[in-house]
Amino acid sequence: MKQVAVLGMPNTGKSTFFNRITGANASIGNWPGITVDLMMAKVKLGEEPAEIVDLPGIYDLRGFSEDEAVVRDFLEKTPLDLVLIVLNTAQIDRQVSLALQVKHLGVPAVLLLNMADEAPKFGVEVEPEKMAAHLGMPVMAISAKYGHGYDTAYRAIADSLSHQDDAVCVGKIEEHLVSDRKLAEEMGHLLQDAVHVPPQVKENWTTRLDKVLLHPVFGLPIFFATMFLMFQAVYALGTPLQELLGTGFDWLQKNALEPGLAGLPELFRGFLIDGLYTGLTTVAAFIPVIILFFFCMAIVEDSGYLSRSAFLMDALMQRLGLDGRSFVMSLMGFGCNVPAIMGTRVMRSPGLRMLSMLVIPFSLCSARLNVFIFMTTALFAANIAPIVLFSLYILSFVAAILTAFLFKGQYPNQEPFVLELPPYRFPTFKQILLRSWCEVRHFWRWSYRFIIFGVVAIWALNNLPPGVPPASSQTLSGMLGQFTQPILAPIGINSQLAVALLFGFVAKEIVLGGLAVIYGQSDDSQLMGAIAQQIDWVQAYSFMLFTLLYIPCLSTVAVLKSESKSAKFAWISVAWSVGLAWVSSFIFYQGARLLGF
Amino acid sequence: MLRIHLASLKPGQIATIVALQAEECLQQRLQALGFRAGRQVEMIRRAWFSGPLHVRVGTTEVMLRRSEAKEIHVTHLNEGE
Repeated sequence: MKQVAVLGMPNTGKSTFFNRITGANASIGNWPGITVDLMMAKVKLGEEPAEIVDLPGIYDLRGFSEDEAVVRDFLEKTPLDLVLIVLNTAQIDRQVSLALQVKHLGVPAVLLLNMADEAPKFGVEVEPEKMAAHLGMPVMAISAKYGHGYDTAYRAIADSLSHQDDAVCVGKIEEHLVSDRKLAEEMGHLLQDAVHVPPQVKENWTTRLDKVLLHPVFGLPIFFATMFLMFQAVYALGTPLQELLGTGFDWLQKNALEPGLAGLPELFRGFLIDGLYTGLTTVAAFIPVIILFFFCMAIVEDSGYLSRSAFLMDALMQRLGLDGRSFVMSLMGFGCNVPAIMGTRVMRSPGLRMLSMLVIPFSLCSARLNVFIFMTTALFAANIAPIVLFSLYILSFVAAILTAFLFKGQYPNQEPFVLELPPYRFPTFKQILLRSWCEVRHFWRWSYRFIIFGVVAIWALNNLPPGVPPASSQTLSGMLGQFTQPILAPIGINSQLAVALLFGFVAKEIVLGGLAVIYGQSDDSQLMGAIAQQIDWVQAYSFMLFTLLYIPCLSTVAVLKSESKSAKFAWISVAWSVGLAWVSSFIFYQGARLLGF
Repeated sequence: MLRIHLASLKPGQIATIVALQAEECLQQRLQALGFRAGRQVEMIRRAWFSGPLHVRVGTTEVMLRRSEAKEIHVTHLNEGE
């Protein structure tokens, strides 16, 4: 099996290329001596079976960032048959440095000049043959997004690979690289010979759009309005789909599951239907909402708008001891906190990283969104529900800002902040679909075990010891709920909701499935009715506030600990978020009651 | 020739980079983004409340903070547009 690595600078469409060449069939691979997850896939390149690895995007083989260290480690430890370098054609004037560095490593390589469709818009012209002569490797112009030039490039790659009989060990990278001055000289020769870059970029639609979207006065309002519209759209399109799916699951239960399992003993049948099936389908019904959410996030990210938000927010972030990247990571956290926390690896200053990691868990992730959509639909009128939901998003920002403000003294940060602003791009439908599908698959794989474990445990607590009425105060869950009442009653959370909250420590996905099991209602609308009868909107909002602020899930805590390499830090994060959750809910609940609600 | 730093340019002004005087790590990142001696750099916009700067070097657009821009020395060239 031949070993191939894909290497490139950030924002060059490297992942799009990787998805294309692997047919989007990548999985997470393990590499000796490499601690982070790298995506890899086994494919046939021409006639050769090969293993392709997607390395993190880097600027410089000598670089100081963690990603750059990972790439160095990988290149030094793994014998390679071929390196595929992906660079952005429009920015070849600076990016060619990476190709030159790989040339000095002496490892077989093919340079792919990606985004070849974009270069003419900037007036950039490249002569691939001349570049190939300078670099001593094939140079192919492609568009990984639209597929132009891809077939020719693919043949060149397969050809290079078939001529490579033995894998090459790079050895110590530092010994191969030349000085900065020498590199600049080589770049100069190559660019003069093979590349034409206009001295000035003419006005294009990125510069025109930036005049509006980065406007000093209107920029931020436009950004938040866009976010608001996005969440509205997710809500408006997602809830009918979710109801449809819920009705389908219900029909399946009544017409297939219940008659089919009629012969089983009462307790076991209850476990299968009211425990497992109810819990799983209640969560599964939310998959359309999650797909839509990731669909929108992918558009915002791939269009280039997300990095603009870093520009808009940096003045505020700097005063909070953070920077624009922390804001972008927090926004990513609205999908799932775990990858967002891992994303802080791009930051080098420990203070900045710690503070960002403390802030990210307050981002309202898609698992919490499930719970909130459900509760708002159950307890608020249809015209008020979206506003209630939006208020939770606002509170999520407020909690993050408060946290950064209070803790910035503990985690000082002097890190410089320099970020590329890529041109605006239209993401293709396929690209967006693929990304949201991957995210949902990840979400489901990650959470279904927790959900199964959670709903089964909740069902057991609700039905044990045997012989007592299910979900009554004599069951284990009833006792557990009663036990927490001295703490949770002052914030309006009754013993049933308390049990769901306790399991929410494991994962928020369980909260909803747990409620379904606790109330013994699998049908969403019936469950909503049962809950609405028992609690009022003040209690529901207090419950949502608590759910929003206390720790997102065990996985997040585990990642906090592994990324900070400090159990103490993880404990601080847990204690602070639970404390903040309780105090906020207490103030809200008691305040609302005092005002007569 | 008057020596000034990038942070002092007004929007629309173009200058040539003379030298980078940042610590090693930042220096390397700036070079990788295209900030090298002899290249032209244009100030596109400056955010309010002493926020970040938006500049263009070659075909690459970059945002950076004023403190970082002060470490990039430039010669004043001409008004753009």
